Amino acid sequence: MFSEFSIIADNLPDIARGAWLTVVTWLSSMFFGMALGLGLAICQRSAYAPVRMVVAGFDTVIRGTPFLIQLFLFYYAGPFVGLSLDPLPAGILGLSVYSSAYFSEIFRGGFESIPKGQLEAARIFGLSRWQTLTRITMPQMLIVIFPSLVNMMIILVKETAVLSVITVSELTATLSTLGSIHFAYVPTLTFLALFYWIMLELLSFVGKRVETRLARYLTV
Amino acid sequence: MSDASPAKDKTVIEVRSLGKTFGDKTVLSDISLDVQRSEVVCIIGPSGSGKSTLLRCMAFLEQYSAGDVRIEGELLGYVDERGNRRLAKHRELDHTRRNLGFVFQHFNLWPHLTALENVTSPLILTRGMSRDKAQETGHRMLSKVGLDELADRFPSQLSGGQQQRVAIARSLAIEPHIMLFDEPTSALDPELVGEVLNVMRDLADEGMTMVIVTHEMGFAAKVADRVLFLDQGRLVTQGTAKEMFQKTDNARLQQFLSSIVERNAIWQQ
Repeated sequence: MFSEFSIIADNLPDIARGAWLTVVTWLSSMFFGMALGLGLAICQRSAYAPVRMVVAGFDTVIRGTPFLIQLFLFYYAGPFVGLSLDPLPAGILGLSVYSSAYFSEIFRGGFESIPKGQLEAARIFGLSRWQTLTRITMPQMLIVIFPSLVNMMIILVKETAVLSVITVSELTATLSTLGSIHFAYVPTLTFLALFYWIMLELLSFVGKRVETRLARYLTV
Repeated sequence: MSDASPAKDKTVIEVRSLGKTFGDKTVLSDISLDVQRSEVVCIIGPSGSGKSTLLRCMAFLEQYSAGDVRIEGELLGYVDERGNRRLAKHRELDHTRRNLGFVFQHFNLWPHLTALENVTSPLILTRGMSRDKAQETGHRMLSKVGLDELADRFPSQLSGGQQQRVAIARSLAIEPHIMLFDEPTSALDPELVGEVLNVMRDLADEGMTMVIVTHEMGFAAKVADRVLFLDQGRLVTQGTAKEMFQKTDNARLQQFLSSIVERNAIWQQ
């Protein structure tokens, strides 16, 4: 039983490649998901009702269906509408779209936490929309939403594992393949769980540090 | 403008037949008034009379629905083009308001910035000033309101009166021609009202053009060149402080003033 663990050591290059792919997938879908989510949250504050309704509809559909199904539809039904993507881009795109709906909800709550008077003050002094967003709104709402953002990032790390179903050879795919070839599920899956766990502990640690730093003005 | 007209008689704010509705509720109707350079105008009236809304329309923080507001001759918030009126774009509105300072009832300082940064941010972001120059101006403005030693404090570390003085310094830093005050002392503890009013009186003495919505009748009586009385969205009557507080024959104003006198009398017993 113990010798089964040598499977990990014997296949270290493949495992490292898988781990690397997991990290890349996670980082890029987090980046695109946050950017898209912020855009959606800004659209949700639009003066035009149709824009707000489209965003709200998108959020409802994405958050109301399992990611696995979304990804299958994306990858297998995409070609029927001219969207033919390789597994990795399809996976990153799918994960970005999926997470953007959650990120947009987080940002929306953040926007609402800023008192209207502060925006009026920014407006009367002639700050542009962009300056108001980057100088007034974002620094304050980041503190409010930071724990939720980290939480979503954590969920996203785990969701990258779903990409194995469309043959992206990230860590989960690599290790479960190894597991089935050698019929050694215990070492591979244990290693897999450990990897995600350590990664998430690191992420929460960094998150807490950043949070303390962001909130300096609240605790002086 | 002819050179013969004395500086004090130059109209800097012109309000013509101003109307404001929220849905089907009329908040302001047919208000016309002029404010001259260096004039101090106080707007008084019962709560719900529309006085704050009027002031906010004069800064286009509220969109007025009828009439004109002109700041130093420029139409505020709208652009008239070939007989059509359209909403001004952000930039156009900023340009018309460039010489307008506004002090809010709840200060509206930015809590994540220090007192000094609150004052310097608009200078750096919208007036193209260098950081060094802005800081120099910032310190000068904070000294003016007596707070330079607290320049590095965050708003949460300041009393209400101090926060409002920082807010005044922030507005003064852009070197406005006109300062609008929306109940600047209403959110303050009674013992902190005086320090803010003193700063405002100094400003008035320096010749700043000021429009002040206030409940401080004593301050209005001492500082205002002219007092306007609003009730139910209409400009009921106006005059000098003396005309308004001592010699008015307007029944509604008398009633309003006596309600305040009575309230004060209770405490004097």
